[in-house]
Amino acid sequence: MWGSLLMNNQRLRTKSSAKFRVFAIKSENSTVSRLDDLLNLDVTPYTDKIIAEYIWIGGTGIDLRSKSRTISKPVKHPLELPKWNYDGSSTGQAPGEDSEVILYPQAIFKDPFRGGNNILVICDSYTPSGEPIPTNKRHRAAQIFSNKKVIDEVPWYGIEQEYTLLQTNVKWPLGWPVGGYPGPQGPYYCSAGADKSFGRDISDAHYKACLYAGINISGTNGEVMPGQWEFQVGPSVGIEAGDDVWCARYILERITEQAGVVLSLDPKPIEGDWNGAGCHTNYSTKSMREEGGFEVIKKAILNLSLRHKDHISAYGEGNERRLTGKHETADINTFSWGVANRGCSIRVGRETEKQGKGYLEDRRPASNMDPYVVTSLLAETTLLWEPTLEAEALAAQKLALQV
Amino acid sequence: MSLLQDLIDINLSDSTEKIIAEYIWIGGSGMDLRSKARTLSKVESDPQKLPKWNYDGSSTDQAPGDDSEVILYPQAVFKDPFRRGNNILVMCDAYTPGGVPIPTNKRFNAATIFSHPEVATEEPWYGIEQEYTLLQKDLHWPLGWPVGGFPGPQGPYYCGIGADKAFGRQIVDSHYKACLYAGINISGINGEVMPGQWEFQVGPAVGISAGDELWVARYILERITELAGVVLSFDPKPIPGDWNGAGAHTNYSTKSMRNEGGIDVIKKAIEKLGLRHKEHISAYGEGNDRRLTGRHETADINTFSWGVANRGASIRVGRDTEQAGKGYFEDRRPASNMDPYVVTSMIAETTLLWKP
Repeated sequence: MWGSLLMNNQRLRTKSSAKFRVFAIKSENSTVSRLDDLLNLDVTPYTDKIIAEYIWIGGTGIDLRSKSRTISKPVKHPLELPKWNYDGSSTGQAPGEDSEVILYPQAIFKDPFRGGNNILVICDSYTPSGEPIPTNKRHRAAQIFSNKKVIDEVPWYGIEQEYTLLQTNVKWPLGWPVGGYPGPQGPYYCSAGADKSFGRDISDAHYKACLYAGINISGTNGEVMPGQWEFQVGPSVGIEAGDDVWCARYILERITEQAGVVLSLDPKPIEGDWNGAGCHTNYSTKSMREEGGFEVIKKAILNLSLRHKDHISAYGEGNERRLTGKHETADINTFSWGVANRGCSIRVGRETEKQGKGYLEDRRPASNMDPYVVTSLLAETTLLWEPTLEAEALAAQKLALQV
Repeated sequence: MSLLQDLIDINLSDSTEKIIAEYIWIGGSGMDLRSKARTLSKVESDPQKLPKWNYDGSSTDQAPGDDSEVILYPQAVFKDPFRRGNNILVMCDAYTPGGVPIPTNKRFNAATIFSHPEVATEEPWYGIEQEYTLLQKDLHWPLGWPVGGFPGPQGPYYCGIGADKAFGRQIVDSHYKACLYAGINISGINGEVMPGQWEFQVGPAVGISAGDELWVARYILERITELAGVVLSFDPKPIPGDWNGAGAHTNYSTKSMRNEGGIDVIKKAIEKLGLRHKEHISAYGEGNDRRLTGRHETADINTFSWGVANRGASIRVGRDTEQAGKGYFEDRRPASNMDPYVVTSMIAETTLLWKP
């Protein structure tokens, strides 16, 4: 009873922090908002020109940057767009006396913020002489995905991006009382209600914006920790998975910017008995999806078990705070797999087991993983890499014991 | 929808041939924009056909009270993004009743330089990168900065996104579309290194139109910040300390620079600019000494230098220009509060007309 009184008081506060202030701007001078008119202006009757927002990944590997330029007329393919450049010394990617980093357009999406024929362009970064800069992970992924063996297997990815929303000035999760905690986990997963679901407008706006943009967003849900959400992108083939997820992340942060809320992709935002945030990656190849696929899946899991440390080191910074063996994760040092088992490194769905074909879910990647790295590493380990016969036999024994 | 909104949005073309023309001019400080509107009997887009007008120069520090009329000559016309329909914005410059340009009229001299045959044949192109800072209205502290304190240090803000990194995007985005609508050659925008600071680029524009387009783009920007309840600052170093200043880098090329062998023409032009460094600096904006310190991606104000891809030099030549052997160069010295008529014409004058 006492608890519900507290909830009542907090309900008012959580309501106000869950409400969205359109950032910056209420004017006392003008009594009407003409800014919205200008933002939503459809310029297509007045000019052929379009605005292209070039997006790239900055020096930390997780910070997204963008700037826009005018293009003389609508385009359909990234190759029609000019290369561009940016000041790498301002993003930790180049020294001041040789600061130009070149942007190569790689994927186009419709711009849900500007509408019309305006576009978002996912790019990767190169030196002026055409070398991918060290933080450019797409280049290597694209090479792996153009390997004939990989192309023939048509690798599909479904990526489940979890994220946490934080209040702006205090960096405490949205809906949480400042200086305290909400009730323990239990009621929040997929819930509704002002005391259980914080920030649905952001998740919903993001869903439609991504559909509009042409991103293959397949679903959303509220997560176990209050203030945490998830969206899924896929199935995407090969390199597109990375482009789709990065563009979806960009759209999400633009939306949280408008809402006055901070986006966090930290894998364990709150220490203690609170879930972390992951980026489970579902994966299948042509062989896995056809008759006898389950055996192919088991072989793939075998390969993955032998490269566990390599994968873990590429699956996101700070993942050791999240992969504890509790809160629906597997311990970071142990590789395991199981059917319908959320406490394993790899989970195979009951449906896949029943049908003898399907896909696997790698539950290890953290929410701040780079999808170019994770998707290409999965393809590389399962399609291009071969263990020694000895190692393979040992691993098969080990894993069979664990199942 | 409120009645006021309905009235503002009335489409006049349904009921009358008349249009509204907003005459814009530069006031006595050389940086303050002024405007007032008048009715014209029908659609007109040729500035030469628009009537001259006048204003009270004694209220803008440009004429004495007993002889206050300053004459406005229409020079460039753009579509009005606020009134829409057939209504227009008219960029003007200011003259005495006797037809003499008043001292703050910098356009007249620039137009003279640009009509010089040696300049006209070289078709000088300009791309101007206008940086500016948004300030909270009553405090004059940058938008998004905590009052009584500072945000985290520079690093995450350049081209950044997110509520903790980008402050005021609505203003920047509506400005972009408004300029496209108006017919201004706006080529791009980006968030800048200091939080609350932004940049837009206008160009390539030929000769005198670079100045006209930049001034009207500035006008539209300040009308938009007015709507948003935010203050616009063109100060070149709004916050002292480890925070970037605001500039108006001016990219420049001539026909010879854009053709084969252009890189040599560029190098000669840069040499000439080096010999007139002090003259240029004195015309590149008030308070630039607070900004050009040699840090924060600037060159020291007393030293002239140039380099390829070097953001710490006075003049930067892009890698693509170096590789192609032709192209353009960027004068990084002008401050955000420079007068584009002065800067563009001075660069043309020094590189095309002046003999050392």
